[in-house]
Amino acid sequence: MSFSLILFYLFGAVLLGSALAVILVRNPVHAALFLVLSFVTAAGLWLLLYAEFLAITLVLVYVGAVMVLFLFVVMMLDINLDRLREGFWGNLPLAAGVGILMAAEMVLLLLRGARPDASAGAPPPGFSNTKALGHVLYTDYVYAFELAAIVLLVAIVAAIAITLRSRKETKYQDAATQLAATKGGRLRIVKMAPEALAAPSAPPGEPTAKPGGAP
Amino acid sequence: MIPLNHFLVLGALLFAIGVVGIFMNRKNLIVLLMAIELMLLAVNMNFIAFAHHLNDLSGQVFVFFILTVAAAESAIGLAILVALFRNLRSINVDDLGSLKG
Repeated sequence: MSFSLILFYLFGAVLLGSALAVILVRNPVHAALFLVLSFVTAAGLWLLLYAEFLAITLVLVYVGAVMVLFLFVVMMLDINLDRLREGFWGNLPLAAGVGILMAAEMVLLLLRGARPDASAGAPPPGFSNTKALGHVLYTDYVYAFELAAIVLLVAIVAAIAITLRSRKETKYQDAATQLAATKGGRLRIVKMAPEALAAPSAPPGEPTAKPGGAP
Repeated sequence: MIPLNHFLVLGALLFAIGVVGIFMNRKNLIVLLMAIELMLLAVNMNFIAFAHHLNDLSGQVFVFFILTVAAAESAIGLAILVALFRNLRSINVDDLGSLKG
């Protein structure tokens, strides 16, 4: 048993165990942390397959950004755990049945169809996975690459647009309303009768709005 | 050298765990999103194993795009979750019945 095979079994056991913990633990914060562990072990497995760039991307982008976003949301929400967990183990028979059936089907299929292992060994020394990936990405797949950038842009806009809200108590200036203000909306000319000193019973003039009126 | 089948079986087991997670956590929207992440991870594992064993970098490029789309998906999913929690004070899937579907 070679050293890389031992590493594979170690990482695989940790990966499966932490994946089971993700779906079974009670606290969603712990589930997110176990998902971080499974991503890190998956990155280790990808290193065994000489996919260095993607392994580091998985740790940087997934653990560094997406899982932090998950943790942020989980910790921000005030979740009633008891309501979410009720009937949890009642789903177990169906879930275990479907899961075991699926896993057994796939595993049996994979083990029966023993393909000739035309395995490429380790890449030659000096081979840069990142460089090779960049060559492919910026030539053959450049159109898809730009589409991926647009997907990310749309995701940014959508995420901000969904969560943005204007609170009622927030004070802000509406430039359009400011620019649309006219004299009629602000100024009211009141006509009053001249006050006579000798006639205290003279009725005060009715205030009249300027023609044009308030908006 | 690790045979290809090992990675494929690992990916199949991981995918099955993701499916079981979706069945078990039918009420908790956050853990549902995490189970989807697990299934995507299993798919990525298969892609990278094939990319290595067939000596073809296209599989790794595909994993790159899957990672991009999955990041966008989880960002939008969590944004919807936050907006939902603001309006409903709950992330229970059973409470999402306002469309009466």
